[in-house]
Parts: sequence; C-alpha cells; structure tokens
Amino acid sequence: MALAQPAGRTLAAAVADLRRGWEQRSLWGHLGWQDIRQRYRRSVLGPVWITISMAVTAVALGVLYSGLFDIDLALFLPHVLVGFIVWAFISGCIAEGSEVFIANEGLIKHLPSPLSVHVYRLVWRQTLFFLHNLIVYLVMLFIYPQDLKWTAIAVVPAFALLALNGAWVALTVGVITTRFRDILPITQSVVQLMFFLTPIVWVYDELVNSPNPDVAARARLAEFNPFLHFVEIVRRPLLGQDQLWRHWAVVLVITAVGWALTMLVLRRYRSRVSYWV
Amino acid sequence: MNVSNDNPASTSGPVSIATKDACVDFPIFDAKSRSLKKTVMGLVGGNIDSGSKVPVIEALRDVTVNLEHGARVGLVGHNGAGKSTLLRLLSGIYEPTRGIAEIRGRVAPVFDLGVGMDPEISGLENIMIRGLFLGMTRKQMQERVDDIADFTELGDFLHMPLRTYSTGMRVRLALGVVTSIDPEILLLDEGIGAVDAAFLEKSKQRLVQLVERSGLLVFASHSDEFLRELCDTAIWMEHGRIRQQGELDEVLRAYKGLPA
Repeated sequence: MALAQPAGRTLAAAVADLRRGWEQRSLWGHLGWQDIRQRYRRSVLGPVWITISMAVTAVALGVLYSGLFDIDLALFLPHVLVGFIVWAFISGCIAEGSEVFIANEGLIKHLPSPLSVHVYRLVWRQTLFFLHNLIVYLVMLFIYPQDLKWTAIAVVPAFALLALNGAWVALTVGVITTRFRDILPITQSVVQLMFFLTPIVWVYDELVNSPNPDVAARARLAEFNPFLHFVEIVRRPLLGQDQLWRHWAVVLVITAVGWALTMLVLRRYRSRVSYWV
Repeated sequence: MNVSNDNPASTSGPVSIATKDACVDFPIFDAKSRSLKKTVMGLVGGNIDSGSKVPVIEALRDVTVNLEHGARVGLVGHNGAGKSTLLRLLSGIYEPTRGIAEIRGRVAPVFDLGVGMDPEISGLENIMIRGLFLGMTRKQMQERVDDIADFTELGDFLHMPLRTYSTGMRVRLALGVVTSIDPEILLLDEGIGAVDAAFLEKSKQRLVQLVERSGLLVFASHSDEFLRELCDTAIWMEHGRIRQQGELDEVLRAYKGLPA
C-alpha cells in the first residue's frame, strides 16, 4: 500500500527538512537580526535595551536575595547574573518554541520552505539575545573579578549543547502545540515554575551542604531537575568553578534522547503542520 | 512524495509537476477537538460517540495533473472550488493526504502579498527578504536589486516603509522579485489583478519570456482577460475536483456555460 502511506512521512524527508533549512542560513540569519531590530525600531537605544533590562533584573534580584539569604553580594550577584542569562536563553527557546509554528502560520501557508527554517531563526535570535546579555557579564567581570581558568573555554561547547537542545525542544513542542492548543499555556506556566525550581536565585551547593539534614535532602531533589544541569554546564566555567562531569553526562543523554524523539515526531507529523496551523 | 523544490541547486533535469489521485483533507479542529482534554478523556472513558471524530473538509479529491516545461495553465472555478488549495498542493506547501505529488523545479509562489513582507521596513529590504525566502542568497539578491527596482518603477518609494504602499505597489514589488530570480515554477493567485494595465502588459512579457526560458506557470484568476493574456491551457476546478482540463478557450466556454 504505497499510496495509503504518503512517502512524505519518512525519516529521509525529516532529515531533508533539517538539512534544507540549514542550507537557507542566509535567510534565517537575516530574519533573526531583523527580529531584533524590529523589536527596538524607533527606540533610541535599540538592542541595548536587551542588555539594560538584563542588568537591572539581575542586579535587583541579586541584591534582594543576597539580603534574604544573607550571602555576600560579591559571591551571590555573579551567580544570579550568569544563571539569569542562561535561563533567559532556555526559557526563550521553550516559550517561543511552543508557538514557533503558530506564530509563523502565514509564512508556512504561503511560502514553501522547510519547517526547520522557523526553528533555526528562533534559536539564532535567542543566541543574539544571549550575546547581548553577555555584555552584562563582561561588565560584571570588572566589578567582581572571577578566578577564570583556561577551562572557561568549555562555555563554548556548553552553549552549543544548549542551542542544540533549544532546537529540538522548539521542533517537538512546536508541533505538539500546533495540534493541541491547550499545551501552549501549560508550557508557558511550566517554564515559569521551573525558574523557581532551578538554582538561579538560590545557591544549590549552599543548601546541599546545609547542617540541617532536611534542607540538604530537599535540595538534593534539584538533581532531578534537568534544567539544573543545563544551567550548570554554562555557569560553572563562566564563574571559574570546577566542571562536574555529572552535569555534562546528563545534558548529553538528554540531547541524544531528545533528538531521537524529535526525529520520530518529525517523521510522523512534519507534513501535517501546514494543515494544522 | 519526492519534493525537490526550493533547492537552488536543483536546476538540473526537466521541470515538471505531476500529481496522481492527490487528495487534500483538512481536519477541522474546533476548541473541543483541538484540546488535549477531549483526547485524554476519550482514552480513559473509551469511545463515547462517533461525534468526537474530527470533521474533515475534503478540499481536493483525486487530482491528477501532469505539467511539463513551458506549460501556461489557467485555473478557473467558483470561490471555494479549490483553486488556492490546488496552487498550494502544486507548490509543495500541502503534501497530499492521499495520492502522490511530485514537484521538480524551484517554486516561486505569489499568493498572499502581505505574507513574508514586513510593513515596517523599506521596500528594498523586503525585496531582499522575499528573495531569500525563495531560495536566493544575499549576494544573488544584491546583484538583482537594481534590476528589480527598475522594473517596479517605484523609485524613491523603495526607501519608504512598506506600510505606505498601495496594493498595486506591493504587487509590483512581488512580481519584480519573482520574475527576476528565474524560478522554474511560477504560481500566481488572483491578487495580481491589482496592477494597472500598462504594468500588467510589461509583466506579461516578462512572465511569458520567463516561462519559455525556464519553466511553467499556473495562474488562478476570475478574469478571462488576464487568463487569455498569460495562459494557453486551463483547469476548471469544481468542488475540489478537476471538472475539465484542456485548451483555454474550450475550458472557458464550458465554464461559462456557452456552447462549444
């Protein structure tokens, strides 16, 4: 029954979509920049606002929570700031990824292009935001110098893994929300909740080594939070801390499993997305 | 389905579109059937009634077309007959739910003129983005931008934001782009009727040359005049099926209910 099963639902077609999308780098590269310029059109400072708002948020949260937890600001502020920068990328990929196809309905229905183009554009845009935010980090290095080692270079592969995961999450969640619109608000709420469950405005090490065994046991639960490992592989090198292989291992496994899942989703539902949007 | 479209490298081999018994069925998800709740509850409680099945609109039924290099096909039919859906099937946007569609060649569709255009940026920048969407590189577009600017006759307006353009001016822009990038398969929806007669005459020459040089054209329109200008054969769509295909005059006469 070759006819009953359209040949479009093959793994080869899914791979071809990813490949042809990648070949259109000049398209999504251009659109990603365009998105950022568009957002700050007619404003005097333009994309500098990305940097400013990140600085204000991180400093405000840093000052507040260092007071609440009674931790030295010189230790706590870099922790919050870097955590927040990484989190902005993660939450951006998930939140925007969940509506990546819905938001591009017009393009999908009117121009034949690979679905992956929209996802590459999104991840690229988030990467540009990330780079804008890194300026805040560089400024912070002047105020609170960190003891950076040569291993800080690990931030590059770490971020690459982050982006790779952002892409599969956007593809898979994007396809699912296109079909089931209720998933969209669920995703947005879960992302918000995960912010509090991930050690960004609180310090994980501090709590795990707490003299109170109940607190330590509770804190150890955070290990089950996948986001902790993603934040850690990027944050640790940037703060000159030692790398923990456990975090890398978890991230690598999630990357592999996530992409395997995504290929299955793409094979089965890629050709349906233009019908569903 | 063997989609080799919108790949800039795929200029080798003959240009063609072939569909065989292709069907396009749209599931209509209202809030109820689109929600997960209904699906989950359905799993738990067993199949409650057949009413929980998603209604389907059969937009195209058993469409078989064979278009080769040089074909200039007009699409006629009432509103809702499936002309636009057929164009999207031929462009590869919709892969057939049943049947086969094989598209060989680089596709350039001109459907909705607002889509893929950003009203806040200038006409020139929109030319660039449109071209990138159709598979061009930045460099290729930079080489062509002067030519497109000349063709559109928009002059200084090209530096103005697109939101200041009239519909006809947008059509000029869109036509300028698609005719300059040497597409192999050109698909036009009726919107291009918005340009004035002089410009239409100018684009007509360019379109005909384009089709002769490199590919095929499918054009949906309600205007006999435009169809006669651009096409030599026609497909008459009715209720999602092909009612008739053949010589343009013959199909138009049948469509209008005139004696042959």
